[in-house]
Amino acid sequence: MNVASRLFSLILLVAAWYAGSEVAGERMLPGPQTVALALWDEARSGALAFHLGATLLRVTVAFVIAMALGTALGVWMGRSRLADRLADPWLVALLNLPALVIIVLAYVWAGLTETAAIVAVALNKLPNAIVTVREGARALDRELDEMAHVFRMSRWVRLRHVLIPQLAPYLAAATRSGLSLVWKIVLIVELLGRPNGVGFEIGIAFQLFDVTRILAYAIAFVLVMLAIETFLVQPIERHVSRWRPKAA
Amino acid sequence: MSPAGGLRQLDVSIKGKSYRSASGGAIEVLRELAFTLKAGTVGALVGPSGCGKTTLLRIITGLDSDYTGSVHLPDHGKLGMVFQEPRLLPWRTVEQNVRLGAPEATDADLDALFDALGLAAHRRHFPGELSLGQARRVALARAFAVKPDLLVLDEPFVSLDAALAKHLQDELAVLVTSRRITTLIVTHSIDEAIGLADRVFLLSASPAHVIAEVPIARPREPRTAEELAKIHREIARVLGKLSK
Repeated sequence: MNVASRLFSLILLVAAWYAGSEVAGERMLPGPQTVALALWDEARSGALAFHLGATLLRVTVAFVIAMALGTALGVWMGRSRLADRLADPWLVALLNLPALVIIVLAYVWAGLTETAAIVAVALNKLPNAIVTVREGARALDRELDEMAHVFRMSRWVRLRHVLIPQLAPYLAAATRSGLSLVWKIVLIVELLGRPNGVGFEIGIAFQLFDVTRILAYAIAFVLVMLAIETFLVQPIERHVSRWRPKAA
Repeated sequence: MSPAGGLRQLDVSIKGKSYRSASGGAIEVLRELAFTLKAGTVGALVGPSGCGKTTLLRIITGLDSDYTGSVHLPDHGKLGMVFQEPRLLPWRTVEQNVRLGAPEATDADLDALFDALGLAAHRRHFPGELSLGQARRVALARAFAVKPDLLVLDEPFVSLDAALAKHLQDELAVLVTSRRITTLIVTHSIDEAIGLADRVFLLSASPAHVIAEVPIARPREPRTAEELAKIHREIARVLGKLSK
């Protein structure tokens, strides 16, 4: 039933796409079969794998940096009032700085380099991770902390078995919103100043008004992210929440 | 205090402990509270609710250092504690909870403890799958697995039904007797104190101090109703004399 309704919804989407392409014409909105063929060609030539790989690598590195730093800062701000007061204005400033400004400044200051690109993406994701994890750190259970203290648990044990499991739902939320945010920003970074990646390819296609290629690359990347969500994020989440009584 | 074996016993001598209230004034919780507990014996602190027993335990276990006075723990000061609530990690199994609290415990130690506390069938269960009584047993197992120099129990049987509380109390009595661990138990039940302790410390209302020490003859052994009544009378007499 579940699978059937999902499949039905998907078929409806493709049908709507097909109908839209009939109305708008192949140039404005190429049909599903045209895009599929273009995708196949890109895959056969190896270009698809090359550009997808470059983008995925940037997504991974920027995401890991932002999450690690965001978790550390979020916990710090959630547990110390002084830290929260000191760092909060910075956080608000960073939260409200447009992504484009950060990207352009990074390129101006550090040149059109890989480092600048990754730093710009990580900086865009960072405040979002901090805010989410800070909420989690504010909700930490003092009683478990005291238990860990009385039993002289090591720092590592406290981190791995007391702190991280309590933060897990917040880390999951930050991961979800983070992955989609990061890959969208990576594309802009690539469009503006990188010689490869999905964003670079879409930039070229834009100059040629090649809507087919734009859609082909967009769909390829959405499929990859869907696979990551299904085969990586969800299984990890299931494992982490295995102790919770099963909900319907 | 006493030079002989002074290292091995628990010495508590708290001059004062105050909290700042929400309105800004200081509330005195403990004043001139002192007692010693000999190594290998069980002491029970009994007092009216709200008299500062939990505060006292927090000071002894090092969770609160904002007081005047001194606390000397027995031997190396290794602590095992059973809190009022079980305080288990809900995301770890029963066995993992015990091992994380007591990383040095051997498999044989754990087998013996789980058997003694009737937990053998629950080793792989998560705390959310246990009843309160079972979770309390896991907390007890964790505290004993540490092989502590001082075992501290804060009302470990509160909110269990009377039969289960008695049963757990008997299991605890067997464990402390066989392992000779210096144990401090806080309770508001005089019966519980008589059933477990070598020595009962009676606390006053807040600000708390020790008003009397009552030694219990033949600790943790079965008693007739008559003997029990006699101890109760003795305690009532001590309290009555003090109030005059």
